[in-house]
Amino acid sequence: MQYIPNILFVIALVAGIGYFIKNIRKVIRNIRLGKDVDRSDDKAARFKNMAMIALGQSKMVRRPIAGILHIVVYIGFIIINIEVLEIIIDGIFGTHRIFSFLGPLYDFLIGSFEILAFLVFVGVILFWTRRNVIKLKRFWNPEMKGWPKNDGNLILYFEMVLMTLFLVMNAADLQLQELGSGHYISAGSYPISQFISPLFEGMSEGSLILLERGAWWLHILGILVFLNYLYFSKHLHILLAFPNTYYGDLKPKGQLDNLEAVTKEVMLMMDPNADPFAAPAEDQAEEGEPEKFGASDVMDLNWAQLLNAYTCTECGRCTSECPANQTGKKLSPRKIMMDTRDRLKEVGDNIDKNGSFVDDGKQLLNDYISTEELWACTSCNACVEACPVSISPLSIIMDMRRYLVMEESAAPTDLNNMMSNIENNGAPWPFNQMDRVNWSKE
Amino acid sequence: MSETIKVPTMAEYMAEGKKPEVLFWVGCAGSFDDRAKKITKAFVKLLHSANVDFAVLGTEESCTGDPAKRAGNEFLFQMQAVTNIEVMNAYEIKKVVTACPHCFNTLKNEYPVLGGDYDVMHHTQFLKSLLDEGRLTVEGGKFKGKRITFHDPCYLGRANNVYEAPRDLLKKLEVELIEMKRCKRNGLCCGAGGAQMFKEPEPGNKDVNIERTEDALETKPDIIAAGCPFCNTMMTDGVKNKEKEDSIDVMDVAELIANAQDL
Repeated sequence: MQYIPNILFVIALVAGIGYFIKNIRKVIRNIRLGKDVDRSDDKAARFKNMAMIALGQSKMVRRPIAGILHIVVYIGFIIINIEVLEIIIDGIFGTHRIFSFLGPLYDFLIGSFEILAFLVFVGVILFWTRRNVIKLKRFWNPEMKGWPKNDGNLILYFEMVLMTLFLVMNAADLQLQELGSGHYISAGSYPISQFISPLFEGMSEGSLILLERGAWWLHILGILVFLNYLYFSKHLHILLAFPNTYYGDLKPKGQLDNLEAVTKEVMLMMDPNADPFAAPAEDQAEEGEPEKFGASDVMDLNWAQLLNAYTCTECGRCTSECPANQTGKKLSPRKIMMDTRDRLKEVGDNIDKNGSFVDDGKQLLNDYISTEELWACTSCNACVEACPVSISPLSIIMDMRRYLVMEESAAPTDLNNMMSNIENNGAPWPFNQMDRVNWSKE
Repeated sequence: MSETIKVPTMAEYMAEGKKPEVLFWVGCAGSFDDRAKKITKAFVKLLHSANVDFAVLGTEESCTGDPAKRAGNEFLFQMQAVTNIEVMNAYEIKKVVTACPHCFNTLKNEYPVLGGDYDVMHHTQFLKSLLDEGRLTVEGGKFKGKRITFHDPCYLGRANNVYEAPRDLLKKLEVELIEMKRCKRNGLCCGAGGAQMFKEPEPGNKDVNIERTEDALETKPDIIAAGCPFCNTMMTDGVKNKEKEDSIDVMDVAELIANAQDL
């Protein structure tokens, strides 16, 4: 009977981690639905980006208040995980504070965890205040209504509760240590929970053990629930920020990729020796149906764009910098990323249900992202510059414009006029190419 | 201005069996837009005054394809690109300078994959290099002490990380350079990029160029300096909208340098 807690713990741990891995594999599968794009070049620059941007938070601190608060919560969460390691070992083997043999180092570690936990708690309260009391505009854009708003707050509540449980657990432990109760050996230092501990003075040993164990169990179960909540929320960035910054685009921001499929056709058209009536060569014929130009659904995007979508944590810095959004246009770069992720999840669920994707009569274009949003973009790269984790909403907008123009001929009339001018006169305005140097004679 | 400026073409150079030091890519705005043509002329005057051996493609130049690409028409872009590359490669062009950040970005970043690999410079970078080599003198002249704010073109700044060349030139003019609250990598777009120049804006509550002009007016400038013909148009319209055109000029960096010396 004495092993029941150990067994229950191992079951919870295996179930929690197992379910998480199952869902992460879905994320990876969904990202791989995207087209291939080569991001294997210049590994040194990629590691540097990951170290600076994800690990070093270099772009977060461009907005100092949010940036510093975020660093506190980020460092707190990473370091407090050392404590989670102890909790897991204790849970499996039924030990208590297994690392306490470290002596003064252990005191230092526990003390640091407590201070960090407190700072995280304060940071999270301030984050919550920014969202709900100060009501920063970027958290109240139209796309933040309903679930995205609740999701953001729920994550903050989770973190508040986890930090509280950790400190309550230590405070009860401290009382038990002072009582000299059972295996509650005197270890650790408690710079924060020593102030909570007096609240529990006069409680019986049994109640204290119940409190300590209760907080301990709820804390670790809470961590496992939170881990599994990631997949259903916007919060995957705590993991995906690392691969996303690593695989981020290294080209100058102004450089759009040149569609290779188009290059082939253009070269053929320009080749005076090409026979326009020739049957396709055998290797070409095997390729099957001609490639679709641009993107109308998530499968038309590349995997890096889909990874971008899963990485977005809806902070809205992109949208708050977007000139179109600031002037009241419908476009919000954050919504582009949210829509891409939501549609990708829908496609993933469809695959889970049917074995492979079955047409659901929906697509990213129009069902999620309207043409009005796409045509409002000035391609100024403010959103790309603003993103703290190297996401490019612009590349998705451009791929969707490509689909609209090349597959649907659905450009706004003004742009069609501009393009026919380029085709006919070599300039976006109706001027004759032969007049190009007239300016020197005027 | 009605005097004819000497502008040699690549074809003329070819006929004489010579090659210029640099190709001046004029661009569509610089060739046809009345306001931008003045920038083109100012830049040519500076090239002459620095004794730069340059030529233009003239009637052989065609749109780089930038607005078509940003509008989503990759076909048209690549047709334009391949045609232009064919012409430039036939003339064995090595170095290109342009006063348009859109042409600059496209030629520099998007042509190499299609076979057009050139050393491409924005005119502010080129003028800065002439200054550094001692071939061009930039002096304050009539702009000395004027309050000037520089509007970063997206396709020069964020797109290609060129922030200092235009500012270095302006500082040489001994002007009081005042930054807008949103500048350099945080600079706000003028509203023309991504082919917006050629269409009506989508429904909203304000035009982007008005928002940006308000940023500029906050600095209480005598002159708003630009480095892009499209930004120039947008900011000029913004200043007119605010009825400030009598007190505030919108000028290209090249125009400022040329006018300072009464070229």
